[in-house]
Parts: sequence; structure tokens; C-alpha cells
Amino acid sequence: MPKVLLIADHDGSTLNAATAKAVACAASIPGAEIDVAIFAADGAAVAAQAADLQSVNRVLQIDHASNEHALAAVIAPQAAALASAYSHIFGSSSTFGKDLMPRIAALLDVNQVSDVMEVVSAHTFKRPIYAGNAILTVEAPADKPVVATVRIASYKAVAGGNSAAIEAIAVDAEIPEHTRFVELKAGDSERPDLQSASKVVSGGRALGSSENFDLIYKLADKMGAGVGASRAAVDAGYVPNEMQVGQTGKIIAPDLYIAIGISGAIQHLTGIKDAGTIVAINKDAEAPIFEIADIGLVGDLFKIIPELQELVG
Amino acid sequence: MDKILVGIKRVVDYNVRVRVKSDGSGVETDGVKMSINPFDEIALEEALRIKEQGDASEVVVVSVGSVEAQQQLRTALAMGADRAILVETAEPVDPLTGAKIFHALVEREQPGMVILGKQAIDNDNNQTGQMLAALWGRPQATFASEVVLNGDKATVTREVDVGLESIEIDLPAVITTDLRLNEPRYVKLPDIMKAKKKPLDQIPMADLGIEISAQLTEVAYEPPEERQKGIMVDDAAGLVAALKDKGLL
Repeated sequence: MPKVLLIADHDGSTLNAATAKAVACAASIPGAEIDVAIFAADGAAVAAQAADLQSVNRVLQIDHASNEHALAAVIAPQAAALASAYSHIFGSSSTFGKDLMPRIAALLDVNQVSDVMEVVSAHTFKRPIYAGNAILTVEAPADKPVVATVRIASYKAVAGGNSAAIEAIAVDAEIPEHTRFVELKAGDSERPDLQSASKVVSGGRALGSSENFDLIYKLADKMGAGVGASRAAVDAGYVPNEMQVGQTGKIIAPDLYIAIGISGAIQHLTGIKDAGTIVAINKDAEAPIFEIADIGLVGDLFKIIPELQELVG
Repeated sequence: MDKILVGIKRVVDYNVRVRVKSDGSGVETDGVKMSINPFDEIALEEALRIKEQGDASEVVVVSVGSVEAQQQLRTALAMGADRAILVETAEPVDPLTGAKIFHALVEREQPGMVILGKQAIDNDNNQTGQMLAALWGRPQATFASEVVLNGDKATVTREVDVGLESIEIDLPAVITTDLRLNEPRYVKLPDIMKAKKKPLDQIPMADLGIEISAQLTEVAYEPPEERQKGIMVDDAAGLVAALKDKGLL
């Protein structure tokens, strides 16, 4: 029977929504038994949230002062020490999982399956490559543990209402001291989180300046939406990189995605193609974004955004 | 520090729209423009800047793959790297084998730092740097947007989902680059001529005593599902009406 160890993503007090989506992926492995591991300084609150998730069998709470900040070099040897009891070690494709999981894979002497978008069988998975221009089906060796990250935009979070057992355990592993946390500067937290927001408004290069990008913020705020940006807008310095949507930024799947002044380079499209409804507003009727948009509007964004703001209120 | 090792991967150029072969055996690469993986250019630029500010004495670029990768290594030499190593193999190299190859070169070369791109834009794996750090038993600072050296330590700012995280690492260490770390320089014509004289060593992969790791078997390639073409509306009012129609507003 497949046994999955899922490494939870959290900030010390709250379980990241990515974990509930990764559970959904793990649960799609036929017959899988899923344990969730919480590495924290004091993981009680996060463990309780994980125990609430459907399909979770057991929550392992590994409290250690070194686990206060999520450092891959610190967590990887502990996770690897737990791995022998499992056939699968999963994490999410967040920056936390992307940083940590390959380090675990190397300690277990296996390659990682990055960005699982579909489970075909216990050892066979689909994943996007070339910025999503191709989907590759890969088969992992059956006699080795499968280490994988889950492309969270491909999954819906499992529901709550479970009460899985929580076990506080100690792990025997050598914890290095060569890597130390200094600080975390979180971005603007008043808006809905880009990766879990049901609506997202994104701006591109056509906004022309960071001042003009305020138009996007205002419209998003009126709609209760998260705010994203194309790589071109990030490169031009209009907005910080944590807002970047696409191959090299965040992959998102909101119910509604509104792309304003974004031409739709393939690198951007790969970040949004799981969105429910895509709206494109662009002055160039030939822009590639219109090829995948569900609703398109050709026109001047500086005229259209204020009109929209009036109408959506 | 003495030297910095930089990884250079030959990949299908950023601007090429990649297509899956009709028989599902791979993607079309015949006659397609090949380039240095963009994140690797950023890695090299960072190494060159560290050398130029006097904190490193040599920048060594390393590629793993077919002899064609010489082209990308020559470009890297023209950008300013001092010498190049090509670990030659005709087989596709998975991230773990790649990390083992870099680890073997790290033992030979004893660099103070290894800088790699955070991912290659062909297989989008995002694994090799983290794996190398694990095998080497050294720190990793992934997705770097700023690197500040301080003696035998470095403070690295990392691009994480919620913002910017800063960590301090002891050297030697592995750093992987994010897009905003720097803007790579352009290659000048005289430098291309000069690069032809710089040393480029070729080492057959077998000479490093590394076997290909437990690979993932590639079962099939397929094109992504296409989205249905949508509707066009005339103005903001039309858009709002269409969204209300779908229950999205």
C-alpha cells in the first residue's frame, strides 16, 4: 500500500493553503495512506489545522528549536530520516517545497518528480515542461521512494472536518548550523493572497509606470481580488517580483483572471491556464492573450479600467 | 575566495515556441536555436561581478552534455569566464546525475562558491543546485536576488512566495539565481575572438566515475490541452454583463 509523507508548508502558526491541495494530489494515488509532517519550533497550532484535513491519516509534529524558520538544509536531513517508512515523500511547488524537496531527494539518492499535475498511477505522473508547452509522463523506479512536488494550481484543496491523530515525535538527524535565518520581508498582506485568491487582476508592461499600476490595485480592491503582474511589468520595475505570474513566477488558478495590458507571452500563459475564466483587455487585437481568453476586450486600458471600476461596484 | 564554479546549460532558446513531435517521443529540436539557459547567464554575470570587485580570482564555467555545448561555453568565455570544462556525454543527464558530476568537479576544483540557475527552461526541474548542496553537505541559497559577501560568509536575499527572505550562509556554498539578481552583460566582438584562446577542457563523463542515477523513465510527451476560443465584447459594460452572466461578479 502506498504510504505518503507530505511535508507541510506553514509560517509557524498557519498551515499554507498549498498543503490542502498537495493532500488532494496524494489522495489521488490509489489506496494511499497520508501522513503530514510539521517541522516547526512549536507546531501544535499548525498540526491541529493539518489534522482537520480530509484524507489525512496521521499528523507528525516534529518540534525543534532549529525548525523555527523553514531552512531546507535544516529540515532535509530530518525528513530523510523519516523517509524509510514511506513509499512517497511529497511537498508542494511553493518556494518552500521547491527549495526543500530536491535536497531530500538527493539524500535519498533519487531524482525528484517536479510539479506533478496528474497522478496516473502510484509511480507514474504527468508534469509540464518547456513552460507548459509540453506535458511529460514520467515513471519513477518502483523500488525507490518517490520524491515529488505538487503543482498546486492543478488541485483543489481537500475539505476539512477530519480529526486525524497527532503524534509529537523526535527525529534522530544531524542538523547543520551553516545556514542561518536573518529576516523575512513579507509583501503587502492586506490584499488576498495571489496564490489562493478566487479573483486576480494582473497588469503588464502597457501600464507604463508604477504610478499607473495604481489603476490595477484600485480595480482589484474594488473587486476584492488579488493582484498579479507579467514578467515584463516586474522587469520594468513597476511592481515587486512576488507578484510575478508565469513560468518563472507563480502558477495560479483563480476562478476569474483579468489580464490588463498583458500581451500574453507563453511564459505568462503557462502561469494562468488553469484559471476558470480568463479575461483579456489589450489595445492590440492581435495579442496572443486573446487566443486563450474566454472574454476579450480590445481598447485603451486607461479608459476601460476607470469604467470597470464604476461598473463593478 | 579562490574560484567560483558556474553551471552553463545548453537549452532551446527562450523565444522559441516549442512543439511536441507528432509521435510523442519528444519535442522538436531540429534546426531550433539553442542558447545558454537564461538563469545560467545571470549566474555567470554574478560570478564575474564578484571577481571584478576582487572577491574571487577565477571563474570556471561548466557544462554537461554533447560537444555542441562548446558553443555555449565559448559564449560564456566571451562574457568573461576564465576557463571552461565540458563533461561530455551523449546521454540525457538527469538532475541527480548532474549534481553528482558537479560534486565530483567541486572535489577537484575546491571552489569557494558554486552558482547555478534556479531552473533550466527546458525541463523546468529546479533541482540540481539543491541536490549538489545536499551531496556536498554545504548550504544552499536558492532563488537569490542579492548576494553580499562578508569574508567566509554570505548574506543572500531570496525570492520567496510571500516576499524576500534573507539568510546567512557559511562558504563554500551553492547559490541558485532568480531573475532579478542582475542583468547579464552583452558580449563584445573582440571578446569573442579572445575567448577562442581561453582553455576549454573536455572530460568524458566516464572519467569522473559517475553512473547515471535511478532515472525517471520518459513514457510520453503530449501537447498541452488547448483552451476553447472565447468571445469578444465591445466595451466595459459588455464585459461586466458577460461576467455577471457567468456568476463571476
